[in-house]
Amino acid sequence: MKQHWLAASACLLAGVTPAFAWEPTKAIEIVVPFAAGGASDQMARTIQGIIQKNSFSSQPVIVVNKPAAGGAEGMLDIQKSAGDPHKLITTSSGVFMTPMATKLPLNWTEYTPVAMMAQDSFVLWVNAKSPYQTAGDFMAAAKAASLPLKLGGTSSKREDNLIVFAMEKAGGVKFAYIPHASGGQASTQLSGGHIEASTNNPAEDVANWRGGATRPLCVFSDQKMAYTTPVADGKSWADIPTCPSQGLNVTYQMLRGMFMPGKVTKDQQAYYVELFKKVADTAEWKDYLARSALVPDYRDGDAFVQFLKADEEKHAKLMSDAGFMAK
Amino acid sequence: MTLQTETEATPRGLSRRPVERIVALVLIALAAIVLYDSYGRGAGWDNGPENGFFPARVGWIFLAASLFILVQSFRSPQDGVFVSYEQLGQVTRVLGPLILFVALIQPLGLYVASSVFILVFMSIVATSRWWSIVLTAILVPLVCFWVFELQFRVPLPKGPLETALGY
Amino acid sequence: MDDFASLMAGFQVALSWHNIGFMAVGVVLGIVVGVLPGLGGPNGVAILLPLTFGMDPTSAIILLSSIYWGALFGGAITSILFNIPGEAWSVATTFDGYPMAVQGKAAEALTAAFTASFIGALSGVILITFVAPLVASFALRFGPAEFFAVFLLTFCSFIGMGRENRAKILASLCIGFLLAAVGLDSISGDLRMTFGSTELMRGFDFLVVVIGLFGVSEILLTVEEGLVFKGKQAKIDLRVVFRTWASLPRYWATLLRSAAVGMWMGVTPGGAIAASFMGYGIAKRFSRNPGSFGKGNIEGVLAPETAAHAAGTSALLPMLALGIPGSATAAVLLGGLLVWGLQPGPLLFIEQKEFVWGLIASMYLGNLAGLIIVLATVPLFAAIMRVPFSYVAPVILIVCAIGAYTISNSIFDIWLMLGFGIIGYVFKKLDYPLAPLVLALVLGDRAEDSFRQALLGSGGSLNVFAANGLVGTLVVLAMLLLLWGPVTDLIGAARGKGRQPEKPAAAE
Repeated sequence: MKQHWLAASACLLAGVTPAFAWEPTKAIEIVVPFAAGGASDQMARTIQGIIQKNSFSSQPVIVVNKPAAGGAEGMLDIQKSAGDPHKLITTSSGVFMTPMATKLPLNWTEYTPVAMMAQDSFVLWVNAKSPYQTAGDFMAAAKAASLPLKLGGTSSKREDNLIVFAMEKAGGVKFAYIPHASGGQASTQLSGGHIEASTNNPAEDVANWRGGATRPLCVFSDQKMAYTTPVADGKSWADIPTCPSQGLNVTYQMLRGMFMPGKVTKDQQAYYVELFKKVADTAEWKDYLARSALVPDYRDGDAFVQFLKADEEKHAKLMSDAGFMAK
Repeated sequence: MTLQTETEATPRGLSRRPVERIVALVLIALAAIVLYDSYGRGAGWDNGPENGFFPARVGWIFLAASLFILVQSFRSPQDGVFVSYEQLGQVTRVLGPLILFVALIQPLGLYVASSVFILVFMSIVATSRWWSIVLTAILVPLVCFWVFELQFRVPLPKGPLETALGY
Repeated sequence: MDDFASLMAGFQVALSWHNIGFMAVGVVLGIVVGVLPGLGGPNGVAILLPLTFGMDPTSAIILLSSIYWGALFGGAITSILFNIPGEAWSVATTFDGYPMAVQGKAAEALTAAFTASFIGALSGVILITFVAPLVASFALRFGPAEFFAVFLLTFCSFIGMGRENRAKILASLCIGFLLAAVGLDSISGDLRMTFGSTELMRGFDFLVVVIGLFGVSEILLTVEEGLVFKGKQAKIDLRVVFRTWASLPRYWATLLRSAAVGMWMGVTPGGAIAASFMGYGIAKRFSRNPGSFGKGNIEGVLAPETAAHAAGTSALLPMLALGIPGSATAAVLLGGLLVWGLQPGPLLFIEQKEFVWGLIASMYLGNLAGLIIVLATVPLFAAIMRVPFSYVAPVILIVCAIGAYTISNSIFDIWLMLGFGIIGYVFKKLDYPLAPLVLALVLGDRAEDSFRQALLGSGGSLNVFAANGLVGTLVVLAMLLLLWGPVTDLIGAARGKGRQPEKPAAAE
């Protein structure tokens, strides 16, 4: 209960920290536009832990979940808080896709980009008891099936749904895409055999992989993942083949980044850029990346903005090809 | 769970039947809005239900139920008192300050608004001494501030006073 | 008994002095958080989470799970005293708890609620201790069709028997379903019934609606009778606890049934909210005197509380064994586990034995500590009923407003709460039952989602709801419960026409 005291005294002790042109004067709020327990939430809480453990900030950090309407609730909140330097929001590709799918008046260019923390991969998972050993087996089975195979993912008209759409196009097959409330739910449904496959992020399925309930077939990327420490059955993330190498030519990655509301000063933005640079350098962060098999890809400033522009264009094309744009 | 006291020597007041009808009409209007919205988005069966399928079906049942309630109100022989004027007066004495409170939250912030609310409410009810009213009006917002703002770090709406004090 | 030895070792870990201290702190904080609407268990856990990073994982999880216990206990307090459910799962507790308080039996109701909570939670913990792996694999058999069947069963167990005006039950149920449908439809990814409003886009939050419908409207009804509390004054001391206890063994069947319902709903994971409604519905169905429910029957307090706690506790099981959070609080705890580098999932029981058994042992102890602490506060809380109305009413209304606001930091929600307060007032006076509305609001969209998920998978064929023994049994059971009311009515009518037709019961 005395966290503000602790934080304040920690700040006095750590008097050596370089003086910034601007410093937060009250608690920093990280808005997570997804439910507690999800991948974005885990990232926010990890960052919260790192900042407080290492006293990177004189003020405490709080995480607030605003999951309603596919993340639009959190994004609207940031839009409304223009000029508030004590708010941050974790973002994924949803920053483009939610406005595209719902026609809500939201646009990332009205926010202030702070930093991109990492990129998240997508993996094709199947039940460990299923006969499929490669993506090729799976696609062949999908072609032969009389009733479309059930493929699970998180929400509708979002990342997972795009991947499934791309798989249908690449393989000339039809799937029954089943949206779930979270990746964890999709993972459970997969291990219970209620769906044939899922397109979860590595972190969302790692528990069931280790428990021997699910098995990764391939990663939707041109490159294998980098983490070579064994995870399950002596296999590591790096041992998962890429989907294109198995004849399934679909690749997709998702950014994970941090934004501030619009209309903040340069100094305020600089403070957070510096803060996240420090976070990205800690051992705890690197542990977290390895545990969640995230692709380390820290960017800020112009590099981040360029990335966002290119990514938005890519998503606009994907979304309109799939017919997911709101009419 | 209402304590029905209306049967004894019917006091003057709003009678029940018109209120019953107004509510039924409002429900019918709501059902119509739901049906309009659902059919606008597609309420059919396209390899499983479309997104308006359920709201539309529920909307039809809702419409039927509210029409039935409307018809019932014409057929039922008894008519009681919905609320007597005296009771209505009492309710307004609570509802009035409450609406004022909610309206003041935006401009003044929650803490000042609750202070005003307590002052107005307790003076209207007029069962307490003035100093205990003032004390309550000051203490309650302070305690709330301590619990929510300082301890749980739940940010509540704040107004000019809090800004002046540096929060 | 390898597990038993592990459990004993767990008790040793949990029984150190500083862990007991954390337990007491956690429980008290949890009660505070549970009493204030809007501040839920997840808030308490989320706020303390960063503080626990410095502790060893076992102490940290003991502190956090004690908040969970405290919040579970605390939710009942405001439900009984003011008809304001502090937590969503204590809505069903208001149905009989508040009438008891009005009759001057607040202390009995509180004691019954707390004891029932303890019994429920204890049965949940015992379940976790002894059959964890078995039950965890059972949960995996639940696909969308089975989930839909569970929700259907909940509806049928609660709705089927209504003897009130049937058109009004139906209208109220429909309003609940429609309110639940507002906002983003998770299956199609489109917005529904928002009419371009960004406020409506969020949908109607359950707690905002319930605080208005139950809490605010009750205050409006109260002041009609004059500006005093309805509650009769009763002599309150700790002896009332023992008197209530003495009467409890009589209700063993209700307690047992509710505990079973709760464990089932917690594991599947239908959740504590659904469990509390189902527990209440089933207790009423099996009761020899169903007419007394809603008018202050102590069974109506025991049943939902036992079920909610059994479910809330069992919900921790899927989290530990499978890594799926069964509730929002469990989700935050799950986040905490990950921050400490503990990976929930099937391997947690093998790799982190000491931690898991420490946690399970702390469940027994935290629950017991919680019971002792809350029982000690019974006279304190019951005494609130003696504070003059003019002091308590504004405070209740302010806390309600704060509760409505904090759910999504929106002043619009406070207006909504006020609006639902007036709606609740009118509905109660016109004998529209509110319980079906609330039930449909909380389960409606989940039922719809699982129904549509099931049909997406089956290619639109309804056969999926009879595809295997599990789902078939559930659906048949639901239909039986639905028809129970009308059928017994018919039998009763055929047997003795001379019996007086029952008057339509008011409200719930």
